[in-house]
Amino acid sequence: MSTGVGVDLDDVWVKFGDFVAVREANVSIKGGEFFSFLGPSGCGKTTILRTVSGFQEPSQGEVRIGGTNMVGIGPNLRPTALIFQNLALFPLMPIWENITFSMEVRGASKGERRKRADELLELIALQGQGDKMVNELSGGQKQRVAIARALCAEPDVLLLDEPLSALDLKLRQHMRTELRAIQKQVGITFIYITHDQGEALTMSDNVAVMSAGVIDQIADGRTIYDDPASPFVASFVGENNVFSGKIKTITKDYAVVDTPAGDLRAKIGTAARGKLQKGNDAMAFVRPEALAIAAGRKGKDENRLTASIKTEEFEGQSYNIFLNQADGAEIKMSLVNQGQAYEHAPGSQMTLSCNADQAVVLPAGALASE
Amino acid sequence: MRQNPLIKVFLAIYLVIFFSYLLGPLVIMGITAFNSPSFPKAAPWECLTFEWFSVLANDHRIMTGIRNSFIVGIGTVILSVIIGLAGALVLTQIWPKLRATYYTIVIAPILIPGVVLGISTLVFWGRMNAFLGLSDESFLQNGIFLTIIGQTTFISSYCMLVFVARLQRFDQGLTEAALDLGATHVQAFRKVMLPFLYPAMGSAAVLAFLASFENYNTTTFTFGKYPTLTIELAQKVRYGINPSISALAVIIVTITILGALFYEMRKRREAMAIANGAPASAVSGGGFKLPKMLAGNPAAIILALVLIGGIGTVLFAQAYNPQACKVEVREEKRKATDKRIQELQEKAKQRSLQEKLKGPDIFNQPAQSPVPPAQAPSNPGSGTFGDVFNPGNLDEGDAKKTPDKGSSLNPGSGTFGGVFNPKNLNESSGKGTSQ
Repeated sequence: MSTGVGVDLDDVWVKFGDFVAVREANVSIKGGEFFSFLGPSGCGKTTILRTVSGFQEPSQGEVRIGGTNMVGIGPNLRPTALIFQNLALFPLMPIWENITFSMEVRGASKGERRKRADELLELIALQGQGDKMVNELSGGQKQRVAIARALCAEPDVLLLDEPLSALDLKLRQHMRTELRAIQKQVGITFIYITHDQGEALTMSDNVAVMSAGVIDQIADGRTIYDDPASPFVASFVGENNVFSGKIKTITKDYAVVDTPAGDLRAKIGTAARGKLQKGNDAMAFVRPEALAIAAGRKGKDENRLTASIKTEEFEGQSYNIFLNQADGAEIKMSLVNQGQAYEHAPGSQMTLSCNADQAVVLPAGALASE
Repeated sequence: MRQNPLIKVFLAIYLVIFFSYLLGPLVIMGITAFNSPSFPKAAPWECLTFEWFSVLANDHRIMTGIRNSFIVGIGTVILSVIIGLAGALVLTQIWPKLRATYYTIVIAPILIPGVVLGISTLVFWGRMNAFLGLSDESFLQNGIFLTIIGQTTFISSYCMLVFVARLQRFDQGLTEAALDLGATHVQAFRKVMLPFLYPAMGSAAVLAFLASFENYNTTTFTFGKYPTLTIELAQKVRYGINPSISALAVIIVTITILGALFYEMRKRREAMAIANGAPASAVSGGGFKLPKMLAGNPAAIILALVLIGGIGTVLFAQAYNPQACKVEVREEKRKATDKRIQELQEKAKQRSLQEKLKGPDIFNQPAQSPVPPAQAPSNPGSGTFGDVFNPGNLDEGDAKKTPDKGSSLNPGSGTFGGVFNPKNLNESSGKGTSQ
């Protein structure tokens, strides 16, 4: 199998009239990588995919595939294959013709095409179903046919535009593992577009998080989750509690933020190192699972925060407590269900604890809207 | 709430009136095709006859008209479908701000009266012909060419509407997918979009053919030496018609019904097969299996019945000879006429008797009153319907001359509409005596 080629976006801008859909995108994707663009709808991630596949020319900047500048090269001449959000299978062709369409337009013989179709049908576990029509397949089967059709074109880069969004939850989770397995098997570069952080984190080698046309952070899933580069990334990927306030004291790696819940000492995010000063507006982010009910003596790196209890919620494996800070901002705390019961009167004060290394300080900025 | 039975009755009456209005004329026309009087009549049923079908088959002008209509129809279909498709494709591709303007322009020919299109076609190509310095016999002045071009100007707009409706349901993503998989724009169009448009092409072609076949007001300016069926029919009406036109109508209606039933049958068969869980691919293929095809498919059953009925009628027509019936009817007519003559003679006698009693000139006075147009001596061919109302035409043979002869021989006979002419009496009495 081919090893896949790299894709580089070099200062790519895409403008529609006055509207800037993509702003200054610099991305370097290595060959054979599973790379995801993650962001809310309308953030420009599909536009980026269309510039790579050739349906959209960048207003400025360069797209290189395998080092070759793609300017002026149409979608039918690029070594990419795109899996569309709605799959775009040809409804009037049987499955096998759908899969081998790319061979048909190159003039391959029918026997050759049938043979290749059978191989690919086996790969996607649909042996012997090549003569069915598209509307006779289930959602997951159509999904796999779309993948086979794209693979049949033997692309160097496979582009996937939210291909799982139309599937139900169970199938989506199943297809995630399957996609990852197929990618490992064929070894080509996958560029995956999604607004589902779960998909992005589970499948990808690297993730680019986008908001409003700007790429906020490119990193592997773990870094994105633990060391976000912007308040947007921190609040968009996973759940996060925001404690905002001014910086009281600052050292090289840690800063103390004066929050409505009390002083909070936290690690400075890697992207914010050297950019924060005493008195700046800042935001400290603490994951719900990093919070605990304070007990015993305060440890060295431990923070103590106070908030009033609003509601409680039992979720099976975890127990959620929602609290309000003094300024009304909400806090969510997740406690692992270990059989104990928590019964707290709404409105009563509670002291929370969190470790300074599990909190991240960033300069204040826009958060992801719900 | 329960439905008022009165409302149901009214609804039933309304439906009967509505469908009589829609289909009544067709039924009446269908009956006239099988009735023996030589003017299309349904009311006094005389004899079952199939002779109008053979009259039709032997009518050279009608047959040529049908042939011309088919040539024009096919030409128009080809041209209109291509232009309509191109127009619809432009509409989907054009810059959105221009779309409304473009749409108005291409739809305009439908709104322009056909007469105007006919005249403008004739004038334009005439000028074109002169401009190119061609003779009057050139291709550009050919009736078939002009008619096809003239009809296409507005029929292609119809076709475009059909394609636009279908294209609105086309997923543009399919073309992109094809391009992405390495197809050229031509391949993407031919292999993905065109197959999607095949059903619309079929509909557009049928629509175009029917519109072309029935067109009169554009064609009337452009047909030149090649009159189409509608032109021939219009000319025939001017010189008097006979039931062979009804026979033609019966054939056209029958073909339409057969086509509709066949289409319905196929649709139902596919719907049934899909409902039974068979894959769609298995449904579209495969030959007919008669018993299975008929099972639970009313359209198929009706189609089979109509076909059997039609074949039966044709076979019956081969064997049937209405001559005996005709003779009988003629005999009856003759008797009725004789009786009528006797009655009238009786009346005349009484009148002359009264005259003698009252005094002179009463008989002559009505002679100055206006002469009814149908019986005017100079009349034949003057009205829209020619002399179809002339009772003399009711006779199939050389009767046409009779009214002239009758009225010229007895100038005074106009007074009473020629009732005293025994020959005229003979014919018109058929109307009066219902059977």
